[in-house]
Amino acid sequence: MHEKRKEFMERPIIEVENLTKVFGSVVAVDNVTFSINEKEFLILLGPSGCGKTTILRMIAGLEIPTEGEIRLNGRVVFSSEKGVFIPARERDVGLVFQSYALWPHMTVFQNIAFGLKVKRETAPQIEKKVSDIISYMQLEGLKDRYPQEMSGGQQQRVALARMLVSQPDILLMDEPLSNLDAKLRLDMRAEIKNIHAQTGATTVYVTHDQVEAQTMASNIAVINKGIIEQIAPPKTIYNRPANLFVADFIGSPSINLIEGTTEAGEDDGKMSVRNELFSLKTSCSGVPAGRSVVAAIRPENISIVPSEGVNTLEGEVRTILPSGPETILRVRCERYVFSLLLMQQVTLSPGQKVHLSLPPEKILVFDKETENLLPLD
Amino acid sequence: MTNTAVCMEQRETTLRFSRIKNYVRQPHIVISLVLLVILLIIVILPFARMIEDSFVWQFADTRLSRNAEPGGLTLFHWKRVFASALTQNILYRPLINSVSTSLSVSLVAMFIGSFLAWLVSRTDLPFKKIIATMAVLPYVIPSYIHALAWLNLFKNSRIGGAAGVFQYLTGITPPDWLSYGYFPIVVTLSIHYFPFTFLLVSAALTSIDSRLEESGEILGATRFHILRRITFPLVLPALLSSFILTFSRVLGTFGTPYFLGTPVRYYTLSTQIYSNIINRIPSVGYILAFVLIIISSAVIYINQRMIGRSKSFVTIAGKGFRVTETPLEKLRYPLLCLIGLLFVASVILPLVLLVWQTLTLYPNDYSIKHLTLLFWIGKANTAFAEGEAGILRNPAIIGAAWNSIKLALVSSVIAGFIGIFIGYAVVKGRNTKLASAVEQMSFLPYLVPGIAFGALYLALFSHRFGPLPALYGTFTLVALVCIAKNLPFTGRAGITSMLQIGSELEEASETLGARWVTRFRRIILPLSIQGAISGFILVFITVMRELSLIILLVTPETRTLTTMTFRYQEQGYTQFSSAISVLIIIIVIFGESLSRRFGKKNGI
Repeated sequence: MHEKRKEFMERPIIEVENLTKVFGSVVAVDNVTFSINEKEFLILLGPSGCGKTTILRMIAGLEIPTEGEIRLNGRVVFSSEKGVFIPARERDVGLVFQSYALWPHMTVFQNIAFGLKVKRETAPQIEKKVSDIISYMQLEGLKDRYPQEMSGGQQQRVALARMLVSQPDILLMDEPLSNLDAKLRLDMRAEIKNIHAQTGATTVYVTHDQVEAQTMASNIAVINKGIIEQIAPPKTIYNRPANLFVADFIGSPSINLIEGTTEAGEDDGKMSVRNELFSLKTSCSGVPAGRSVVAAIRPENISIVPSEGVNTLEGEVRTILPSGPETILRVRCERYVFSLLLMQQVTLSPGQKVHLSLPPEKILVFDKETENLLPLD
Repeated sequence: MTNTAVCMEQRETTLRFSRIKNYVRQPHIVISLVLLVILLIIVILPFARMIEDSFVWQFADTRLSRNAEPGGLTLFHWKRVFASALTQNILYRPLINSVSTSLSVSLVAMFIGSFLAWLVSRTDLPFKKIIATMAVLPYVIPSYIHALAWLNLFKNSRIGGAAGVFQYLTGITPPDWLSYGYFPIVVTLSIHYFPFTFLLVSAALTSIDSRLEESGEILGATRFHILRRITFPLVLPALLSSFILTFSRVLGTFGTPYFLGTPVRYYTLSTQIYSNIINRIPSVGYILAFVLIIISSAVIYINQRMIGRSKSFVTIAGKGFRVTETPLEKLRYPLLCLIGLLFVASVILPLVLLVWQTLTLYPNDYSIKHLTLLFWIGKANTAFAEGEAGILRNPAIIGAAWNSIKLALVSSVIAGFIGIFIGYAVVKGRNTKLASAVEQMSFLPYLVPGIAFGALYLALFSHRFGPLPALYGTFTLVALVCIAKNLPFTGRAGITSMLQIGSELEEASETLGARWVTRFRRIILPLSIQGAISGFILVFITVMRELSLIILLVTPETRTLTTMTFRYQEQGYTQFSSAISVLIIIIVIFGESLSRRFGKKNGI
């Protein structure tokens, strides 16, 4: 497994080691270590105030870390040990802000040309590069407009154009889509993914929107209270969350949790989770009996079956929330209320008795004390 | 074992060192530190120096005490102020006079201002817009000019010099209480300060949704009941703060009590500070200035506390609220007349009196046949005013006019720029101790009344102090004091505009490779300058009409229009002092209309 990853791995572009940032007495980022390979698209995902933007700003050079080391393209840009701090302007990274941060006193052209002027490129060069990027971002005809005279979507394009025109190897984006309406956001997601594919720039993208993270990232780092809870491809994050926080944070409606203790399996060695109400078979093995655990299952993995069978529970329908093609169902089984996500329209009514099926291979088991996912074997 | 301990220690030291190095390399930290040094010199140091001077024997003290050894430490001055036979005259009486005039002025101004505010924003009074515009004018005119106008009208011949228009027209000599002292001080300053309450209360009234009042009406309350139980409590915070701010401003006013009080030995703290310093007992003046600063700070502190607590319901402004007008019915036109009278008394009459005075050949002869333009354009003539030429061709006055304009320009531009830097340092360093130190220090001059601030500067710069040269008598010193005194306003303005700009606009240019100078020149300055221009003009006007602040620091070479007015009035050349006053008013009103136009453009 290790070998395989190494073969896969190309040159790391961004390396962060033991990075810590303390604001006054608040530890915003706590000893974070990760690295991002060339052309990777990493999304920092977490609830607001978890430190994800601070990590991004430290990579950009806008915030001075308290401790740790950051290397970009192999160059040390910050090291508390070596006393190195390279300011943002010498790091050659592109950054898009949540607010776009377009300069209101400059036209679209002037906004985009600013970085090139600062780098003292010649006027004809600037003219050419800016017009190229303007047509690439479909901003033709807007180059003499001021930012406040444009729509949110257009401003977003200008902000991207301003970042891209300098052709940085590293793109940093801080919740760039959070100020757009839902429809525009979908279009821009595709656009940004497209830009990433075409430029091949290593990208770090901050968001609190898990759908955005799932659809765009090659890797997701889930961050909570200044630490990285898990860093993995979207599918792994969703299917094999490393701990209860990730399991609970990812997915809507939230994952269903059932507390209990482990019990040795009868014949196949697979253990069960039992509490005073029910006993659920899992696909885990090799866990000692009697351990306190939390079993979890995604809403879309529960189905309604006509009769009792393996891992079925009887419950009563509480609420039905239809939304186009899918339906969210809340079903009460004793003191538990399960969320179900059915990819169909249903003909149930509240109060109706149903049988829920929780397939053993879809059940995740977490240690109650450490909150970590227990391995399958 | 000890080796590793030493290693650890070394590592710790290098870590700390690099942390400090990185910290200090941030531009806003550098700016904060520079600002801190500047503020330390122009704000804190004068204060420390003043306190120190009050404990030291001065050269002139040898006149007062045989024990005086210049340079030696002493409690003499403190004793003289607080515990001597003179305490009554030096401290208590002026203190009582200061407090009683300030209280009376605040009350009268609050009453007039808030009533006018209510009429303009809540009733069907005609010509409301014009009234609202004109109501600000008395405040634009320098306060001591009302005092000069009063003297032109009610001066009596008992004190000496020419009598005023009143005596000329009626033949009756006005009694002293009408000519000088408490009564005229309160009247003229109330006329000057009511616009202040008017502005604050109108702002509060227009931000109250009148549905709040209507809901009272629906419940069956009478108009008066609504006014008392709903409207009044809602504007109470604005009323309170206008009362307190008027109080502290009147406390520090120098010109009016000097012109109207001193002739009958009616001293206030501010005139007492002046006369002690002029009579070369500066240490006593410093102690009185200290007393004034303490009172003023306490009052402003109380105000901040009260506003802090009740701000929540001043700012209930919401868009789309309606204002129902209270019909005045029969009182409509009588009230309009009353307002007309107020306007005549506060703006027209003073101006007419001043202009008239400038046209009289002899100070007490107001007859038409003796009117002359001599004091405006007359050539030097030994028969009049000891051979001084009319003000428009008098080199001394033209020099003073240039000084005034130069002073106002230099101070407003420099104070404005420092304000932008303060805004940058404070906003960038939000929540750090350094930033809040800069913010608070830049606010300190606000607590110090003008005359006392002048005294502070006199204490620090009258002789060499360490690396600081003796600046007394230089233009630099006068400019410095005007800059320092106006920092609270420009700093506030800088912070507000920097908060609006936000830090991301600068950071965006930083990630694109711009150095700090480029960022400042291309991004920060262009964005903040728009908001700063109306601030520049405001400081320009303030300095243009400044008297209390600079009166102690100005020498013949650095005199300004305001101090010239003061000197001429002191010497009894009322035509000259009035003429210069008219000149000042013209410049100030011009500046005011300019700032209104800029203000409108920037939506301030």
